[in-house]
Amino acid sequence: MTFKIFTLLLQAAVSTIGISLVSIAIGFVIAILLSAANLSGKAIYSAPARVFVSFFRGVPLLVQLLLIYTLLPAIGLNVPSIVAAIVGLSLCTAAYQAENLRGGFASVPKGLIEAAEVTGLSPRQTFFRIRVPIALRLTLPALVNEAIMILKSSSLVSVVGIIELTKMAQDLASSTYLPIPIFLSAGLIYLVICSVIALIGRYAERRLARTSI
Amino acid sequence: MIFNPEVIIEKLPELANGLLVTILLWVAGIAGGVVLGFLVATARRFGGFVTNAVLGSIVEVLRGTPFLIQIFLLYYGGPFVGLMLDPIPCGLIGLMVYSAACYSEIFRAGFGAVPAGHVEAAGCLGMTRLQTIRRIQIPEMAVIVLPPAVNLSVILLKESAVLSIITVPELTATVSAIGSQQYAYLEAIFILAVVYWVLVELTDRIGRLAEYRLSRLRFSKA
Repeated sequence: MTFKIFTLLLQAAVSTIGISLVSIAIGFVIAILLSAANLSGKAIYSAPARVFVSFFRGVPLLVQLLLIYTLLPAIGLNVPSIVAAIVGLSLCTAAYQAENLRGGFASVPKGLIEAAEVTGLSPRQTFFRIRVPIALRLTLPALVNEAIMILKSSSLVSVVGIIELTKMAQDLASSTYLPIPIFLSAGLIYLVICSVIALIGRYAERRLARTSI
Repeated sequence: MIFNPEVIIEKLPELANGLLVTILLWVAGIAGGVVLGFLVATARRFGGFVTNAVLGSIVEVLRGTPFLIQIFLLYYGGPFVGLMLDPIPCGLIGLMVYSAACYSEIFRAGFGAVPAGHVEAAGCLGMTRLQTIRRIQIPEMAVIVLPPAVNLSVILLKESAVLSIITVPELTATVSAIGSQQYAYLEAIFILAVVYWVLVELTDRIGRLAEYRLSRLRFSKA
């Protein structure tokens, strides 16, 4: 395997990282909205949120991607396949992140919420200034895990024709007849990125541990 | 937009075939993964430093790379080292190896969670090491590992959909083929999603029931 092939794989890895980062960020915003709906205590908000989480955690990501990829054009939204891929990944990770956050929100001490109310914070202020920061700190390890999962899952967007690390490896393997070194290199690149995310997560955890609740 | 699921319902026997392949692969993947994973976890715990380090790095690699890459390596790379596999055996082996790596981590955590006092107490009572493993560590571990093991089983069911990419004739491959034939791709994928959803929810419920039954046997955390 030549140096040039490895460079191509590294370039493709950049799009893998980009797709994953954007999806995790969008997914996080949706997850916070889902958590707000769940904590609202009103069935009109919490029931759809529960169905959403259950559906996106219950259906394989590959099937979700195929569904979104065919559904968007069918309802008249002709978006590029990269958008469909990011929408699919974001919705999926939103469901998992919401489920992780649920545990975090449940562990926010009651006294803090009551104190916030007594101090005169509105429910919205209590949510964004008290509950979210504390829940986030409590679920950080789970969120880092989820980031690693999404990075690995992003390999599936190759199925809808996005050129990222897996698709690039597949194309190179079939044009050079060198599947073993190419897939091993691709695997190695994934492994390195995952390890870096895990390291960053551990660093962030240690930073946050200094300020206790 | 026309939504017409009847054209898919007509092909119910084919769909059932795909479902059967998925369930067989899934169950075999779990069974193989649990047995292999247990052996790996036991070897890592009792097999000395070198065994632990070697198996540990293999597990890390399998857990740190996408399942799809592993499958591609086995399916497209295999023939270059004399390993010609049809899609189904290739998918089965891939699924088993991947699940073994994941289950081994669950079992390892399980071994770690058995209180040292229980093991010492067994030793004081004159149990041999094998007896302690068989009569104390494994039963106590079973209660601890059940929730994460159920969780992993659900993940494996969903991972098995990936095998459609190397043309294993399981549920996803079968239903998307029906969809293309019938010019009803969206309907097909929609039904596919619902079938997986029901399967996952069902597994989850059964798992929670088993957890509840077993939780009565849970030892006190001392």
